[in-house]
Amino acid sequence: MQAPVRPEDIDTATQVPVLNLNGITKTFPGVRALSEVSLALYPGQVTALVGENGAGKSTIVKVLTGIYQPDGGVLELDGKPTSFATAQEATRAGITAIHQETVLFDELTVAENIFIGHTPRTRWGLIDWPEIEMRARDILARIGADLDPRAPLRNLGIASKHLVAIARALSVDARVVIMDEPTAALSHKEIEELYELVERLKSEGRAILFISHKFDEIFRIADRYTVFRDGEHVGSGLISDVTEDALVRMMVGRSVDQIFPARDKTPGKKVLEVDSLSHPTEFDDISFTLRKGEILGFYGLVGSGRSEVMQAIFGITSPSRGTVQIDGRRVTLRSPADAVANGIVYVPEDRGKQGAVIGLPIFQNVTLASLNQTSRNGFTRLAQEFDLAREYTERLDLRAASLDQDVGNLSGGNQQKVVIAKWLATKPRVIILDEPTKGIDIGSKAAVHAFMAELAAQGLAVIMVSSEIPEVLGMSDRVMVMREGLLAAELSGADLTPETLVRYAADIKGAA
Amino acid sequence: MSDLSTRHIPDRLESPARRLLKSWEVLLLAVAVSIFIANSFASPYFLNAWNLSDATFNFTEKAMIAFAMALLIISGEIDLSVASIIALASTAMGAAAQFDVSAATLVLIGLGTGVICGAFNGFLVTGLGLPSIVVTIGTMSLFRGISYIVLGDQAYRGYPAEFAFFGQGYVFWVISFELVLFAALAVIYGILLHKTDFGRAVYAIGNNPTGALFSGIKVARVKFILFVLTGLMSGVAAICLTSRLGSTRPSIAFAWELEVVTMVVLGGVSILGGSGTIPGVVIAAFVMGLVTFGLGLLNVPGIVMSIFIGALLIGVIALPRLVDMARR
Repeated sequence: MQAPVRPEDIDTATQVPVLNLNGITKTFPGVRALSEVSLALYPGQVTALVGENGAGKSTIVKVLTGIYQPDGGVLELDGKPTSFATAQEATRAGITAIHQETVLFDELTVAENIFIGHTPRTRWGLIDWPEIEMRARDILARIGADLDPRAPLRNLGIASKHLVAIARALSVDARVVIMDEPTAALSHKEIEELYELVERLKSEGRAILFISHKFDEIFRIADRYTVFRDGEHVGSGLISDVTEDALVRMMVGRSVDQIFPARDKTPGKKVLEVDSLSHPTEFDDISFTLRKGEILGFYGLVGSGRSEVMQAIFGITSPSRGTVQIDGRRVTLRSPADAVANGIVYVPEDRGKQGAVIGLPIFQNVTLASLNQTSRNGFTRLAQEFDLAREYTERLDLRAASLDQDVGNLSGGNQQKVVIAKWLATKPRVIILDEPTKGIDIGSKAAVHAFMAELAAQGLAVIMVSSEIPEVLGMSDRVMVMREGLLAAELSGADLTPETLVRYAADIKGAA
Repeated sequence: MSDLSTRHIPDRLESPARRLLKSWEVLLLAVAVSIFIANSFASPYFLNAWNLSDATFNFTEKAMIAFAMALLIISGEIDLSVASIIALASTAMGAAAQFDVSAATLVLIGLGTGVICGAFNGFLVTGLGLPSIVVTIGTMSLFRGISYIVLGDQAYRGYPAEFAFFGQGYVFWVISFELVLFAALAVIYGILLHKTDFGRAVYAIGNNPTGALFSGIKVARVKFILFVLTGLMSGVAAICLTSRLGSTRPSIAFAWELEVVTMVVLGGVSILGGSGTIPGVVIAAFVMGLVTFGLGLLNVPGIVMSIFIGALLIGVIALPRLVDMARR
């Protein structure tokens, strides 16, 4: 281990970056993902990489980790030009990444997941199990994770899996640690622990690239920043020299109205009535009503059963009892097809798996649920499909090279727009948005918020599941708070404050 | 979301014609033409209308199943029991033929057996959620096993005279009934996959079954229909093959499932699901038919033929990869 280095000790003018990227360019068919960008990572410092969706953050991470080869530019390690032809070469050079969507193996144990790809061997070339377990325990203890190395990964929750991913990244003696939105899936306490971990990594002299959309955490733990916009480098420097406003302006190229859109909050007639909806294991006795033009928030901790309730209303899972009524008419929703036919649509949290059909072009994704409009007697009509897809994608300001492009080539925020476009094309009555702005940048967030307000104004009934308190408070007319599968409270008006939300969601004493 | 800021997104950056030029199907067509030319040089008997007509029997029956199998594989499933369905359907028809039933009744029995077998596979996969590769390996043994129990080392013969038309009849000059049926089914399956909502659902399911389900597609129903269609086509193939051979043994169409799957994959259908076309499968059928026929004319033994088909499959699949690697 190197001697602790504190950022204030570092003479930033003379310090040499561990890893320096200069003029890196990467082009995909029809898209220039990176255009001559530069990025420098210094030992013992956290560099925050900020930018909107599609700014090129994920692409640069893939360049750094050897998954993509840049078309142009220089990558210097300790001042020497180098290149990574494979992910293994990048790992060997001491670069490790904790990805947004972590790649782990459910059927293996915690320890196996940590050491897969670089398992310690005995002198006979066999796997050294005692060594693996010992070192896994050691690393887990270092990051403060209370996990059994022998536990199978499939039994762990999402936050614990994330800790395993972090442990895995630390199991190689990394000089550069890339964290791609590491706090997205973590609870408040786990985030605090992550910050401590980052501090420890800094003190060990490691360079950290921290990708985040959350400004409070950037200002809390980063020493430097680099901003990308539309695949270009727009600025970098010391965090201490910059303000939040200035960063936001660099990111979006304009100042963003952080205020939530003002709305006329006179709700219309009842559209959706859910009465004592229950599920054998996930939730019990959920009742609520939703009116035309209303935005109903669903707040709760991760695992409180919000998504499960929504998926039951959308026909994915079948409730054990309870009823759903649309316009006072009782409906049985056995499949998403039934829900869609009754005007209920669901924008899932897991965009890549449940939302977009990756492999199909954009226009086919948009028309997937509306083929009855574009087709005649079951025969598809391409011209009509392109027209419908264009209408809705342009309304959502989709950034794409063409409508025939694979939806998988789009950034997360743009994939989200395709999923929303798909549902709007069906002209729904009720739209359920599950964490609609999770993992998307401020600019897109504001756009999604404005769009939700517009939908409500047009008479759509909106349900928004969200874990972000400002969003819940700013957007919702009423909020249902869920806790451990039960409705803990229905809040509106003066009762709707950050304190009440947190109190009911976490069952803190004083929540009557 | 003001209208002023909307950007126009073009439909396509590449015209469909240009995309076609780079497609798998065009490459495969070039292979088919080369084999055709090579064959005509290799054997003086090749360029003869009746010989060529005979050659089509090498692939027509398998291709009928391959069309339905292509859809099934694109949807992410597979049916390895197709050859055993032929055996069972043929056995059912043979048993019925012993009671002097009409040719029409035999056809209904053949088709019905196929549909029932396909529905059985479909139920096990979509109703019970079992993996299709395991289910159909099981039913592969089950269906043919029933045939063996019924027939042992015997054979059914004595099919009515009119029944011979399906496998031996000619519609016009050298154009056989089977070839016409093959062409008609190619058009029907091509339209079904490429021009209908059902076909679109098949692609969506193959690329992302969860995403398709969450988009309101009836995933289980589509898959069930595909299994039934594959069973039905196996029934059709059973009718043609039984009629052509004029007899039924339990070993009928043995190991055809591998040739059918080979044909589908050679046609450019991804074995992982999600992509592929019917024109590709049609060309692949011709390629396989031409190869077997050409080698047959040169008196190449059957075992060498299967080695050649295997090499062809690996070669044609590896070619684009190799070209890709060479470019880097």
